[in-house]
Amino acid sequence: MLTIEHLSKSFGGVHAVQDVSFAVRAGTIHSVIGPNGAGKTTLFNLVSGIYAPTSGRIILKGENVAGMAPDALARRGLSRTFQNLQVCMNMTAIDNVMVGAHLGLNQNLFASMLRLPAVRRRDAECRLEAARLMDFVGVGQYKDADASQMPYGALKRLEIARALAAEPKILLLDEPAAGLNHTETGQIEELIRKVAQSGVTVLLVEHDMKLVMNLSDQLLVLDYGKMLAVGTAAEVRANPDVIAAYLGAPA
Amino acid sequence: MKVFQSRHRGLLVLALVLALLPLVLPNAFYLDVAIRIALNAIVVIALNLLMGYTGQISLGHAGFYGLGAYASAALTTHFNWPPLAALAAGALATGLLAWALARPVLKLKGHTLAMATLGLGIIISIVINNETRWTGGPDGMPVPSFALAGITVEGETSWYVVAAVLLLLMTWLALNLIDSPVGRALQAIHGSEIAARVAGVDTTRFKVRVFVLSAVVASIAGSVSAHYIGFITPGMAGFFHSIELVTMVVVGGMASVFGSIIGAALLTILPQLLQAFEGWEVVVFGVILMGTMIFLPKGLVPSIAQRLRARRK
Repeated sequence: MLTIEHLSKSFGGVHAVQDVSFAVRAGTIHSVIGPNGAGKTTLFNLVSGIYAPTSGRIILKGENVAGMAPDALARRGLSRTFQNLQVCMNMTAIDNVMVGAHLGLNQNLFASMLRLPAVRRRDAECRLEAARLMDFVGVGQYKDADASQMPYGALKRLEIARALAAEPKILLLDEPAAGLNHTETGQIEELIRKVAQSGVTVLLVEHDMKLVMNLSDQLLVLDYGKMLAVGTAAEVRANPDVIAAYLGAPA
Repeated sequence: MKVFQSRHRGLLVLALVLALLPLVLPNAFYLDVAIRIALNAIVVIALNLLMGYTGQISLGHAGFYGLGAYASAALTTHFNWPPLAALAAGALATGLLAWALARPVLKLKGHTLAMATLGLGIIISIVINNETRWTGGPDGMPVPSFALAGITVEGETSWYVVAAVLLLLMTWLALNLIDSPVGRALQAIHGSEIAARVAGVDTTRFKVRVFVLSAVVASIAGSVSAHYIGFITPGMAGFFHSIELVTMVVVGGMASVFGSIIGAALLTILPQLLQAFEGWEVVVFGVILMGTMIFLPKGLVPSIAQRLRARRK
């Protein structure tokens, strides 16, 4: 599904991501972990087209997409959420979700202004689908609410609903459990599992180890921008380099 | 569903007010003010689509308004064009100019559009002032009355009907647009440009489109106003008029179509009412604007709507 080959990104003299390679198989949950500043979010921003890589290739379904703009990637079935929320606070909750479905809707200015029957019909379907997605992620009670009235935990789920509205093939989740309490984290874990079971490939960055270990088919450990280990949860847990990086023990 | 209903209710109220207004207004002077309000409101709604909904600021909209006005005046006077053709030519030229400006500028981040439109507005204003042969320069020029298919629009009552119908049409189009895929994309650009892009919105293209749309509407309103007033001066294309339009958007309420109408009404009426203050009217005007922004920071209509909703709960 997604293959990363020798990917690097430097900001001036800072090598945020150095020579990272890994492959994500379709239908799996693949996690990226590492201490703060390890380059996880930079890696996400590279894969989702926010940054262009300094070198290396990102191959999505057989096509090199390195350096493509986010909207071009969206057209190729890639969607993401953000660690620092990017919910549109000037809109209602359900409109936020409907923005996610943008590519499947009529984008003609005049058709929209005249509210042509085809636009109206498709929009009504989209609203129903958005409502269904809000139920799916567990924020169904906010269907009539403005996004600005929603609590933090619900906004995180709303972002997932918006990403799913694009009907992505691969979904990048950037710290979906950050800032959530124990119960909420458990619910997010269930939700991510449900998303994966619906056939969406998941690439996950997360600090909560319990969540990561429970969910992931494969893990990639980053430290100072470099790959430290790749493997299943059990393999990674047993890796002495990983233990050293996390516990600070002398290697 | 709620949005759907409130949209139609708002339109219905507006149509009723516009229909009943002439019955209440005592004389032609008030009808004249109402026409000016309606024509201003059309521009302000268009500007609000750009500013309030998409979050892009234009400080040169009076320039587009002036282009439309002068295109109509010059083409009908010097070349005997029919008014509708002159209006269309002005709108087309304005649209092309806006597009040519916006394409390169809107690829950049930040408030580059504000600076670029500021510059363009000033250039348009200078050209109008200097091209005396075509525009009459600082003295202005007369504009023939508007005629279509042998019918000439004359007198306050006919003009009121024209202005009211155009305002209703603009309101309907704007409300449709906001509650559509394109409208949501525009609002998402305002809310979080990065989220919009990740959702697949080609943000540059949509910003360019809404900018061109609002410029073209301003040009058409300028043409119609020119025919109505019958005499135009460079001031209508000037920087201060641009600022006045922005103020109408902000006072009425960003991202509120009906706020635009209220903003246009207030800022058109207020200077007339304040003439009693003899020389101090600008100060009083400023104090009222400051007070509005301090006590109703979201603008009149959104702030009041919010309070009403809070009280109902």
